[in-house]
Amino acid sequence: MKNKENKKKVKKYKLSAYGRKMARKERRKDSLFLMPSFFGVSVFYIVPFFVVIVYAFEDNPITKNYVGITNFVNILQNEAFKLAASNTFKFSLVAVPLAVIISLLMAILLDQSIPLASQFRTVFLSPMMVPVASVILVFRVLFDYNGAFNGIIRFFGGSNIDWLKSDYAPLVVLALFLWKNLGYNMILFLAGLGTIPKEMMEVAYLDSSNAFKLFFIIKIRYLSPTILFVTIMSLINSFKIFREVYLLSGNYPHGSVYTLQHFMNNMFTSLDYQKLSSAAIIMCFVMVIIIGILYILENRFGKDMEG
Amino acid sequence: MKEKRRELFLRIKKRLKKYTRTIILFAIALSFAIIFLLPTVLTITNSFMNETEINANYGKIFATTEKGGKVFVSDMVHIKFIPNKVSLEQFSTVLFKSPDYLFKFWNSVIYTVPIMLFQLVIALLASYGFMRLKGRLKEMLFFIYIIICLMPYQVTLVPNFLVSKWLNILDTRWAIWLPGMFSPFAVYLLTKYMKRIPKSIIEAAKVDGAGEWKIFIKICLPLCKGAIYSVAILIFIDFWNMVEQPLILLADEYLHPLSIFLSKINAGEIGLAFAVACIYMIPSLLIFLYGEDYLVEGISYQGGVKG
Repeated sequence: MKNKENKKKVKKYKLSAYGRKMARKERRKDSLFLMPSFFGVSVFYIVPFFVVIVYAFEDNPITKNYVGITNFVNILQNEAFKLAASNTFKFSLVAVPLAVIISLLMAILLDQSIPLASQFRTVFLSPMMVPVASVILVFRVLFDYNGAFNGIIRFFGGSNIDWLKSDYAPLVVLALFLWKNLGYNMILFLAGLGTIPKEMMEVAYLDSSNAFKLFFIIKIRYLSPTILFVTIMSLINSFKIFREVYLLSGNYPHGSVYTLQHFMNNMFTSLDYQKLSSAAIIMCFVMVIIIGILYILENRFGKDMEG
Repeated sequence: MKEKRRELFLRIKKRLKKYTRTIILFAIALSFAIIFLLPTVLTITNSFMNETEINANYGKIFATTEKGGKVFVSDMVHIKFIPNKVSLEQFSTVLFKSPDYLFKFWNSVIYTVPIMLFQLVIALLASYGFMRLKGRLKEMLFFIYIIICLMPYQVTLVPNFLVSKWLNILDTRWAIWLPGMFSPFAVYLLTKYMKRIPKSIIEAAKVDGAGEWKIFIKICLPLCKGAIYSVAILIFIDFWNMVEQPLILLADEYLHPLSIFLSKINAGEIGLAFAVACIYMIPSLLIFLYGEDYLVEGISYQGGVKG
């Protein structure tokens, strides 16, 4: 409440004519700094996006007839798009919780005073810096039909699985995704753990009969903004899984790992502007909704924590 | 006397309990670390095998029937950690005898370095502007920047493609360079950092008669040094790993970076593949070794934990 009153007072205070002129001049100078970036982002991202919206409502770029939502209906009935969307959805549903929980456990593990903790941090973070393309060969050798993994399975009396060309393919991609992203998430959690005040933990330790349980409750409570952020980032990274799939099995993977980017690539090769633009807008819409929901959640929980 | 002994016994017991706990946690961390290091280490050690040894070990993954189906060859791939004979011959083949690999490596460099430099310069200017400006318009623009950052490639590549087509730069390096340089990713992070610079410093400089430009160069840049390194590393990983953009914006394979080239390696080239993969990860591993702390700091800032 007090804050609001203060703000009102500031607003009532008026500058002289000269002051206003100087302030305007300064603002103009400040916005000059923004110009190169604003220009580039407008040209390469914002303006063409409006054109994409226009394309999505036309029948084709030459005749330019308004067709309403036909394009959107077409894309939502497209089998390939449906397959890609459901694959992405299923993958995110499994990968995101795993990525959040395992990395949280790893961060808590390194937060205990174990020897070589900082070396472990380096090791866990290293996959982030190793280009995926470099280790893809090892993954292919491991998970090929004649690969090392099948060797182990045969040793125990199982039969060969063609990991990359069967319904098991998402598992390989999941392994690669976790390997790549856990370190990044862990660093975020470690930073979050670092902000928990020590006195808080000490008080909890003294007060409670079940120290372990209370510890956990306080930590999770304090980490809730970080957990939300990690969830958002993992979700966004899980939409970028195309890179790993492409490097593992190229432009035509097994149906179980066919991603939205594969669909878009096909549309790009056939230059199907209608499908491209309506698909892009649908995805953009979904992303904005997801981000919006998480943003609202964060505001609710985050504010709670600050107070 | 008895009491003292009892106390000692209890103390030893407590110590022992603590030690076993540490050892168990350490063992868990160690096993995680081994899994995390495995792909990288395998790639590096295998790069020291000569071509015939690699072919003998891993050639089987290319075994196919005449129709192209997978076939089981009597023996499995044997993953080897230590080469029979350490050889550097394949490295010299890659570096001096097969210009193809070197050219693709050069492609990767020539995309990454200019994008990193220009995106940094443009983003530094813009984030200074964002820090100084106030008002709803600025807030809205910043929000748009964040949304663009969070969009997956499926969405952002459509506008990029359209603009590249209009500007007639498809199939040239500019199609990668320009959208990359103007990408708003760095702006977001740097603005977050710059907002932490105390206002009083800037006001003081102004009273002393420094212009906007001078404040930017002499005060903001030195204060943001750490953030600049962190952001530079994050941009580097992003574009050194790039796969999606060249696939769509560059139809000409001659211009593709090494990451895409590595995924297309076939039976004839597997002997050299590990050496190429190893060379490909050297720059990012070096940056990681020297800049790990900056990377960690950059990630923590992304989470807003320190912000």
